[in-house]
Amino acid sequence: MMNNVRYHTRKVRNVVALSLSLFATLTGLFILTIILATLFINGFDAIKPSIFTEMTPPPGEAGGLLNAIYGSIMLTLVGIVTGTPLGIMAGTYLAEYGRSERIAQIVRFINDILLSAPSIAVGIFIYEIMVAPMGHFSAWAGGMALAVIVVPVVVRTTEDMLNLVPNTLRESASALGTPKWRVISSVCYRAARNGMITGVLLALARISGETAPLLFTALNNQFFSTNMNAPMANLPVVIYQMALSPYDDWQELAWGGALIITIGILALNIVARYLASLGGERR
Amino acid sequence: MSGAERINLGVEADLAMSGISSAARDKTEARSVKISVKDLNFYYNTHHALKDVSLPIHEKQVTAFIGPSGCGKSTLLRVFNRMYDLYPKQRAEGEVLFDGVNILTPNIDLNLLRARIGMVFQKPTPFPMSIYDNIAFGVKLYERLSSSEMADRVEHSLRRAALWDEVKDKLKQSGLSLSGGQQQRLCIARAVAVEPEVLLLDEPASALDPISTAKIEELIDELKTDYTIAIVTHNMQQAARVSDFTAFMYLGELIEFDRTSTVFTSPALKQTQDYITGRFG
Repeated sequence: MMNNVRYHTRKVRNVVALSLSLFATLTGLFILTIILATLFINGFDAIKPSIFTEMTPPPGEAGGLLNAIYGSIMLTLVGIVTGTPLGIMAGTYLAEYGRSERIAQIVRFINDILLSAPSIAVGIFIYEIMVAPMGHFSAWAGGMALAVIVVPVVVRTTEDMLNLVPNTLRESASALGTPKWRVISSVCYRAARNGMITGVLLALARISGETAPLLFTALNNQFFSTNMNAPMANLPVVIYQMALSPYDDWQELAWGGALIITIGILALNIVARYLASLGGERR
Repeated sequence: MSGAERINLGVEADLAMSGISSAARDKTEARSVKISVKDLNFYYNTHHALKDVSLPIHEKQVTAFIGPSGCGKSTLLRVFNRMYDLYPKQRAEGEVLFDGVNILTPNIDLNLLRARIGMVFQKPTPFPMSIYDNIAFGVKLYERLSSSEMADRVEHSLRRAALWDEVKDKLKQSGLSLSGGQQQRLCIARAVAVEPEVLLLDEPASALDPISTAKIEELIDELKTDYTIAIVTHNMQQAARVSDFTAFMYLGELIEFDRTSTVFTSPALKQTQDYITGRFG
């Protein structure tokens, strides 16, 4: 029986498929390792206390990235705080109320387009509706541009996670006489919580590296500024400018900034995975 | 059809307090009618799932619904608390009188109705929260209790569901950490905690092992002193063991309804007898 021809063919196919998968995995990991290694080798020297305490310098002088780090945190915060509630509410509508209604299908389709829209288009859009009428670049505009990128990601993950909540759970909550809004807020959100948090963290990771939408909105700032109504420095745009400059010290700072963003996103992903694993244990 | 006549006679006789044969017996034994179903038709979109069903559910008695899969017994149960209302393309026609009020009319407050008619489902569905909060959740919707009153209510409900001794030291743990049988008793405790008048049980033991099943059946026997119970079951022996009345359904029609002892010992119709003895279904 074990000498069966069909059995051997299957074994050979299995080996071939496994080898190809392994090769693909190793290629991906190899490229990722090169990127990370380059980043660490070039950026590590730039990471010293001054990078966190001093402002972006003119070429040839010593300085740091404090204004850009602060700006990035503020812009990301505005983006997440504005985008998350909108995204969760829209995702809730799609999963709990709209389901198969025509308007829901349209919203879902447009959301998918927005999800894959080039982020520079988002920057131009916010430029047109905020920067141009106000007459100046501002941190608010930058935050809004990032919010526009957050919304579709959060809508999608919220809807997907709520769709995973079994209908039997909704039915048993309703069977106790629970009003629908309460079924959603107390039972469905709880059941989908970890997935929804992961979605928000992924959106956070995505916007913390976005450059294009900020070029047209928050612009940049040589100095430390807490004025949300004025241009604000931020890591991605600073990296973009410094990396393209001919000055060695600027280029080194750009590497340092890139490393800071990468480590930040890595930390966020670890938190997201940890939260997801907590959910896995409880079930 | 003589079967249908017999059912109608049973219902009317019971309601009008006049009748013949088995209906006369019911009059003396059965208490008042809690839910009265009259000419109920039910549609899933265009599929006609219940056809002219009429029967009484007696107060503080156990009524069992038996029949092959797809015969409409779960559908009927889901009409009693208007669960079908969650889905847009399902509709019911006819009358379902709950304490004399037709609950199929649009102006019924569904949340209040469901607080009075509790339901336990086939699959255990603990909420993703602690055991304590699972019970307290429904209570908080309609009552404002002090924390000690709430603790008493939670304990009382868990005792009624024969679960207290197994969980009293881990009330803060997630309801999902319990075994399948414990989860189902948690769901029964949760339904009992809001103090409904009627309990609908949709195959409550079909996903459980024999020991858990026995516990649930004992429980049903105890609960009927306070509650009117309607139970859907695939298990004929279970229907015979736990119920006072049995309704046999087939293809959306109510074929026979009578006292359980009558249905299982001398059914009026050969179709019922064939199903009960396992010749079809």
